[in-house]
Amino acid sequence: MATGLTVNGEAVEARSDPDTPLLYVLRDELGLNGAKYGCGLGQCGSCTVMVDGEAVLSCLMPLLTVEGREVTTVEGLGTLEEPGPMQRAFIAENAAQCGYCIPGMMMRAQATLTANPDAKEVEIRQALEYNLCRCGTHMRILRAIRRAQDEMRNATEEA
Amino acid sequence: MNAVRDNTAFRRLVAALNRMLAHPDLALKGTIRSAVDWLSMRKSRLLGGLGLAGLLVLAGAFVWAAEPEIDVAEPVDPSSLDPDLVEEGARLAAVGNCIACHTVPGGEAFAGGLPLPTPFGTIHSTNITPDPETGIGRWSEAAFRRSLHEGVARNGSHLYPAFPYTHYTLTSDEDVAALYAYLMSRTPVEKTAPENDLVFPLGFRPLLAGWKLLYFDDGRFEPVAAESDDWNRGAYLAEGLGHCSGCHTPRNALGATIDDEHWAGGEAEGWTAYAINESNPAPVPWDTDALAFYLRHGWHPAHGVSRGPMAEVTGNLGRLPDSDIHAIAVYTDAVMGEPDAARQTAADDLLAAVENGRGSGQSADTMAAIPAAEGDRGAALYAGACASCHSAGRPQPYGGLDFRLSTAVHSDNPQNIINVTLYGLPPADGAASPIMPAFHGVLSDDDMVALMSYMRETFTDEPAWEGLEERVADTRSGAHHVSVRPADMIERAPGNLGAEEQPWRQD
Repeated sequence: MATGLTVNGEAVEARSDPDTPLLYVLRDELGLNGAKYGCGLGQCGSCTVMVDGEAVLSCLMPLLTVEGREVTTVEGLGTLEEPGPMQRAFIAENAAQCGYCIPGMMMRAQATLTANPDAKEVEIRQALEYNLCRCGTHMRILRAIRRAQDEMRNATEEA
Repeated sequence: MNAVRDNTAFRRLVAALNRMLAHPDLALKGTIRSAVDWLSMRKSRLLGGLGLAGLLVLAGAFVWAAEPEIDVAEPVDPSSLDPDLVEEGARLAAVGNCIACHTVPGGEAFAGGLPLPTPFGTIHSTNITPDPETGIGRWSEAAFRRSLHEGVARNGSHLYPAFPYTHYTLTSDEDVAALYAYLMSRTPVEKTAPENDLVFPLGFRPLLAGWKLLYFDDGRFEPVAAESDDWNRGAYLAEGLGHCSGCHTPRNALGATIDDEHWAGGEAEGWTAYAINESNPAPVPWDTDALAFYLRHGWHPAHGVSRGPMAEVTGNLGRLPDSDIHAIAVYTDAVMGEPDAARQTAADDLLAAVENGRGSGQSADTMAAIPAAEGDRGAALYAGACASCHSAGRPQPYGGLDFRLSTAVHSDNPQNIINVTLYGLPPADGAASPIMPAFHGVLSDDDMVALMSYMRETFTDEPAWEGLEERVADTRSGAHHVSVRPADMIERAPGNLGAEEQPWRQD
């Protein structure tokens, strides 16, 4: 049985079992390796993606719950040639050490700023509580998110 | 109250009215209380409210301006305070959970301004820092004592019973003095709480005099000679400052706790406060040791973690000396009573069957496969979203609780399991804490209903929940408002009570 969903703007049919975690579908079936397997228990946040604009932990999201919904992964935020504002900000601030947590961080931040472009520092920090970084680059991650926030706001004002 | 009057005549009237209400032959007070409780239990809130509003107006009129103003005092010099008394006061304030209502989360401790939704409108907590203008810096100890013992502000106006003076009245003068010293040692914060927004005519405080005639009994705790010292100490703390009844006893249409249903379960900030008397729904009955462990640590291997408003309570109580925690546990255990033999046997069998708390822990990769759930959406959801933690046998508090042990799933009311599933247990800021992800972005309302129904059927022998669809929808939409906080971390409390102020706060 196939499950229809949209991934980064593209309609796809996933063939995995309905109780398969979305993370496995993304990585193993669709070849999107941005979202990472960290703990598999919803405790680390490295598998964070957006579904219908909201940040979710894809390791705990059974495929059957994604039917007909829109999934965005870090690959959907831009390309190597043309990185999006969140990705540019993370590059500019050198926010990654080992980088394993970063796709999840970017997706959590993207969802937070999409829902509330004027999110305050406290709100950004609260949202990111679910995402762990073992290298300790939190301060650079936060700076990158503030940079992305500025860039997104400026783009909105110019538009 | 703009002028202080000679209250002698009023006081006589009040005394006479009180005598009449309490007269053993007339038993008016009891009759009226019972009538309101009766109406409340039959959901005739409106009828009860209307009938009694009249009475309140009448009674309130009698005692209009009954309480005198107490003169302003010179602010206390904090360096003059006895450090031991301040420390004792800090512990007592933790028992009273004062900080929970008197602090906006993330804001300055004790500065007030937290909106408290009630069935009668929104009340804002007041500033109880020693700021002389906006706080209680000019309240004498006598004025402070009167507010706790009689529910009257320094200026003589009656306080709303959202401030639980109905319980605090039991507190000894010595303990009030310690609390006063502690609060006077806090950093003054200049901040005025927003105006209350109450349904007409409850903004008129003299009406509270009528409410107090019916429901407030002024008086310190009287030890029960036949009971142990621990029992008495526990009763003093739990019924007084601890005000467990505030959440765990149901309220009538006038917002008063129902005497006959002591600790029979209530509601707090969108969460079910379980019955903590003989009808407690825990699959494994509580005992003194389990209660003491839970109150100290905020979790227990056979019961799981505290969450919702209780997380703040356990976060605060964890700072008490062992003797006090043990005393509260002894008293609570006595209220709960001995479980009958059948219930205890079932619990023993259950504990033997459940690995949780003793298991070595498995990961999603190594645990036994959950049988494929052909056609049952609830089972498939459980397998994909829940089982890797909740059927993995990892110990509490970081492992997911085995739902066969879950009070939430065994309770008649599914509200708490809905809350936890939708909103999770948010991580504490900068500290280790049990974490559960929020599933509101994962599970639709239909998914929630399928999952909750599956869990109820699979992990309990209880009948299916009724009205699940509506409850899930109302919780998600916010029609039923739920406060969400980290498990057992009190983000509102100051550093010395176990939580962090938030210096990076940016308002």
